[in-house]
Amino acid sequence: MSKLRVSPSPHFKSGITTQRIMLDVIFALMPAVIASCLIFGPRALIIYAVSCGSCVICEYFSRKIMKRTSTISDLSAIVTGVLLAMNLPVSINPLIVMFGSMVAIIVVKQMFGGIGQNFVNPALTARIILLSSFPSKMTTWTEPFAYLNGNIDSVSSATPLAMADAKLDYFNMFMGIRGGCLGETCVAALLLGGIYLIARRVISPVIPLTYISTVAIFSLVLGQAPIYQIMSGGLMLGAFFMATDYATSPINPLGKLVFALGCGIITVVIRQFGSLPEGVSFAIILMNILVSHIENLTMTKPFGFVRTKKEASK
Amino acid sequence: MRSELLFPKRPYGTHGGVKVTHCKNTAGIESVIMPPPERVEISMNQNIGDDCIPTVKVGDSVYVGQIIGDSDKFLSVPIHSSVSGVVEKINKRKDYSGRESDVIVIKSDGLMTPIDGIKPHKVDNLKELTEAVRASGLVGLGGAGFPAHVKLNVPEGKSVDTLIINCAECEPYITADHREAIENSWDVFSGIYAFKDIIGIKRVIIGVEDNKPDAIDVLKQIADNPKYDPDDMVRVLPLKASYPYGAEKVLVKACTNRVIPTGGLPVDVGCIVMNITSVSFISRYMKNGMPLVSKRITVDGSAVKEPKNVIAPIGTSIKDIVEFCGGLKSDAKKIILGGPMMGTTVSSDSEVIKKNTNAVLLFDEEESNLMRETDCIRCGKCASSCPMKLTPPIINTYMKQKDINRLEKLGVMTCMECGCCAYSCPAGKHLVQMMREAKQMIRANK
Repeated sequence: MSKLRVSPSPHFKSGITTQRIMLDVIFALMPAVIASCLIFGPRALIIYAVSCGSCVICEYFSRKIMKRTSTISDLSAIVTGVLLAMNLPVSINPLIVMFGSMVAIIVVKQMFGGIGQNFVNPALTARIILLSSFPSKMTTWTEPFAYLNGNIDSVSSATPLAMADAKLDYFNMFMGIRGGCLGETCVAALLLGGIYLIARRVISPVIPLTYISTVAIFSLVLGQAPIYQIMSGGLMLGAFFMATDYATSPINPLGKLVFALGCGIITVVIRQFGSLPEGVSFAIILMNILVSHIENLTMTKPFGFVRTKKEASK
Repeated sequence: MRSELLFPKRPYGTHGGVKVTHCKNTAGIESVIMPPPERVEISMNQNIGDDCIPTVKVGDSVYVGQIIGDSDKFLSVPIHSSVSGVVEKINKRKDYSGRESDVIVIKSDGLMTPIDGIKPHKVDNLKELTEAVRASGLVGLGGAGFPAHVKLNVPEGKSVDTLIINCAECEPYITADHREAIENSWDVFSGIYAFKDIIGIKRVIIGVEDNKPDAIDVLKQIADNPKYDPDDMVRVLPLKASYPYGAEKVLVKACTNRVIPTGGLPVDVGCIVMNITSVSFISRYMKNGMPLVSKRITVDGSAVKEPKNVIAPIGTSIKDIVEFCGGLKSDAKKIILGGPMMGTTVSSDSEVIKKNTNAVLLFDEEESNLMRETDCIRCGKCASSCPMKLTPPIINTYMKQKDINRLEKLGVMTCMECGCCAYSCPAGKHLVQMMREAKQMIRANK
């Protein structure tokens, strides 16, 4: 008999791998990617390609320099790349995209230990750094379908949130026919992707549902149109794909609820009282920083724990 | 809460759990009694608790059912010879768990002559019952090997109203309890009736996973017939097949909605949990007096030629059992004693089966491949699948900081090593191993 393998139990695995989860996220993002290419034209594809490509290259070389095993096969760099591109306007210079990828992968992700170790969302942090480094380029929006008229040069158009009185009809907003970042406009596509992720049990519905309903309720309290608020800006993208990022959201269900509640409140506060056009990125980043504290305070009690405590106090 | 003793219509909610592939290939195959092997090696460590001291010497003739090891310690159960023959040698040896104990090697004469004085037992009170159960050599046959007489001996000041019979058998591959339920269903009921009044049990719930519809049918036919269950106190509760329903704490919660406190036993919430094979064994012991000398073992896995349930003498080596099952189909790369979720791998096929072994699994190259470990992505699948509501990634963080107080607060000691976390981990982390280390840290600090 040949040598036998000895290993700790269990000897069965579910077969779900990190790569598989990331692939599911990429699948879920596809409707929004396709929608943005239709709305903003073929240039969007170039942005996606540059962003994903530079993310993967950054990941590869930073792991190599740090003498760690390569992790590009887990596809997490591609997810970051797609998400980063989704947070950029279509008219952005590809060199700026590359800079954003470097910030996301090298600074935010790999310098803190790679996948699962970053304490803020890489794509969102990169977006915020780009927003403060290139404020005008990052807020130059292109009219939807401008490319069809041969008008490739960016035409400045306000995002719904920046437009004070402009009345957009809900159907166009739902289908994403408005100015904005690449991936955030098409609510229908994002919802489709979000539902796919929940159905595949990749994400729990707690964060997106709480986040969106908090924004709706809180806007209503402040006298805003709730449906308009939840469909505008990057809320759908943020709630389904950014706030649910594993590494930067609490593990326990109660923590998830508190986290999403905080995201929702900060988003509305920034939208209502801040001078920034959009609050989702800042809200999520701010709550990301609090995750370990939220987790500590809302830790799930182990099975049988409450009972012992009660008995001890008797 | 205790006063209303209703039978649940459906199981109460439990946390976590995972859907595992069933692989119950041997469920429809009748068990076969294995002829005695050339020699058996009976370890003096057969259960949780203290080792026995050999009571025979090298060269002694022994018979089936003869006591060959005993101890006067609290958590100990006598050990009987499983074959008739001659004691060849007695030596100290480390078994697969790393524990060193005496091993009695008996060369079989192939006759299986029982020892004189095997007679039926009649018990009238708790003392006689626990003495008889101890003398029968019974330990919990579900896998943990907790001495059965200690379980039945309800301590002063505690009362038990519910007996839960564990036939969940949630581990993949294993069908030993399934076959017991079908082949010896009458024994199960006479076992229940043999000791229910002595302990004062008011209801009996047989928990069976619904991946064994034939076992549920057979047991229900008896339990629902007033002729056989005159007090109408036995009910079968089908459980939705999900691992780990067979775990004591999970089963008690599912059957009675009672929560066993951390560090507690089922008796703390008025329950006794017994494996179905243990119950039917007690009834057989009362009828014919033959102690626990053989065990039904599921032999399965991708490398086995003829998977089946084998009733083998205790102390038979894996090699002999596999030979009896037609040998190997392909080279075995991994041998597991127990199920694939909680079983232990052994380093050689000369290891022997013990009283609490319920399966021998032999995996081929493909099935024994392990996932490469990658970084934790904090997906939380471990936490959501944990039946004890633990959060392994956070436990891991405090483990690195050696924060013992925090580890205890996080409920590390509640972990029963069921393996749900590691099963569902997409990063292939050895989380059970990690939890064992965390437990060790706490124990070392006490």
